[in-house]
Amino acid sequence: MLDPKTAIGIRDLTMAYGDFIIQRGLEFEINKGEIFIIMGDSGSGKSTLLKHMIGLMKPKTGQILYQAGDFWASSEEERKVASQRFGVLYQSGALWSSMTLAQNIRLPLATYTDYSESDIKDIIALKLSLVGLAGFEDFYPSEISGGMKKRAGLARAMALDPEILFFDEPGAGLDPISSKRLDDLIIELRDGLGTTIVIVTHELDSIFAIGDRGVFVDADVRTQTALGRISDLRKSPPSPKVAEFLSRSSK
Amino acid sequence: MSDNVEIIGDSLHVVLPNSQHSVSFDSYALKSEAELAISSGHIRSIKYALAEGAQWNSLTLATIKGISEFADDKNIPSDLSSMPLGVSKILALTKTTVIDESRTSEKEPYSLFYTLGVMALAAFDQAKELNHFIGLSLSSFKRFFLGKAQYQRSDLMTFIQTTGPAALVIVTVVNLLLGVILAFMGAAQLKLFGAEIFVADLVALGHTREIAPMMTAIILAGRTGAAYAAQLGTMQVNEEIDALKTFGFSSMDFLVLPRMLALAIMMPLLVLYGDAVGIFGGFLIGTLMLDLGAVEYITQTQNAIGLTDIMLGVFKGSVFGILVAITGCKEGIMSGRSASAVGDAATKAVVSGIVAIILATAIFAVLASALGI
Repeated sequence: MLDPKTAIGIRDLTMAYGDFIIQRGLEFEINKGEIFIIMGDSGSGKSTLLKHMIGLMKPKTGQILYQAGDFWASSEEERKVASQRFGVLYQSGALWSSMTLAQNIRLPLATYTDYSESDIKDIIALKLSLVGLAGFEDFYPSEISGGMKKRAGLARAMALDPEILFFDEPGAGLDPISSKRLDDLIIELRDGLGTTIVIVTHELDSIFAIGDRGVFVDADVRTQTALGRISDLRKSPPSPKVAEFLSRSSK
Repeated sequence: MSDNVEIIGDSLHVVLPNSQHSVSFDSYALKSEAELAISSGHIRSIKYALAEGAQWNSLTLATIKGISEFADDKNIPSDLSSMPLGVSKILALTKTTVIDESRTSEKEPYSLFYTLGVMALAAFDQAKELNHFIGLSLSSFKRFFLGKAQYQRSDLMTFIQTTGPAALVIVTVVNLLLGVILAFMGAAQLKLFGAEIFVADLVALGHTREIAPMMTAIILAGRTGAAYAAQLGTMQVNEEIDALKTFGFSSMDFLVLPRMLALAIMMPLLVLYGDAVGIFGGFLIGTLMLDLGAVEYITQTQNAIGLTDIMLGVFKGSVFGILVAITGCKEGIMSGRSASAVGDAATKAVVSGIVAIILATAIFAVLASALGI
């Protein structure tokens, strides 16, 4: 069982595509209300790790624990309920292209809550104004820019007031200014809502600006080689590779 | 007045009930009550508080936002000091988060005239697009005949394979059954005159001149035209077409030309094959059900049709093939860049392909009778 202060626990996780092992022996905990970074070099399986945590891929062995219990040991119905407690922002927003922004946010709200139609409308307006898209309700994803799609995707991820928000490469495809604004927004949301935030990224600026703690997954040895506070990892990296990874921006 | 909205002096106190996952409250009633109190005129400030032991979520935020926006219009300040810190932070965020794009959130209003105008302009644009596309295709064909077109020969072979041989089964089934149907329909009428033998003429003429080219083309419009539109549309979504352009390939030569050639080459052959299968269908009915002799039926068929009839059908087939290729490739290459746009492109390709085939059939019928073919 998890400590009440812990949001997610990863226990001896092995991930594999068929017989091909991506990562083994992953073991870490993510505390409630912290911004946790999953970092690693290309091909290390950090996005795969995210897919395991949000229920898109089943672990080969090991456990992924939420407050509700062992995610993959529970029934499909229980997993569905558990999934409503977290939101995911996919790399390019993954908005449903046949729906307007309002309809994108409305779908989970109308399906999983008892809110009245007027409440849902108000909540959609609130979420869109939180991400700076007030008034864009009736726009289709194809009518807005990449950065706006990402923000709209964040509004949709927050639709059900999730306890945990997952971000897959939030800065990818954004210009430095938009990327910085998204980082600021992530911090504001964490401070305001107390949401636990898990971010997969290799962008050092973001990692240092917003990360509290993090884990480094290594593509060569296929396991985690660093875990702890970002500032500590930066000061005294546990391996040369982590040092190289974290120092690149200061060169 | 409920316990949640209370007027103390000139201040309105709003108490927000518990709201969390799976527990909500009647925000509409709360809002209307608060707004009623504000409208009464002597309220100078609004103080929000959370009910004892209550949790808050988006519904709480949306309610406060609704009431305070109503109050803002009347210049009545909101006091959030009794609410948890997060609430005021998030509400401040809804006002300060910048829109980093210069575009406005205003959309064109929908009205009858606006919609009609948009439709008229769209029809005009489509005609222009079609002209443009046909022009591009012609210059691509010119490059092909001059041997300058850049395309992959293996692509052409693949398209020939998927357009022709891979479609044989459906072409066989449809043409055989149409031959059978034609023979049955004819027999029912011709029996009245004791002229069953003319079923052979009917099937041979009707099938080679009209039915085989038209039906084969309609099959290919659904099978190949839609596939082309979807393939090219998806390539558009994946920016594959942009990648071709930046490497200096003409998307017309590289993508459209082999597809058009494949259809233009295979359609006449499929029509010829469809003729044979359809006539065989009629032959089955004539010999098995109308008790006509096999040799008799074959001789009658030979006398009924000449090379002109067969060539007319085959020529129509090539024209239809090009029409299917044009509609399929045009919709695909001009498709939008989303999943639904690719679906639209495939739909449009099939619909306009079939309409074009039927229109062309009518034109051919008029021309053939005028020219006495």
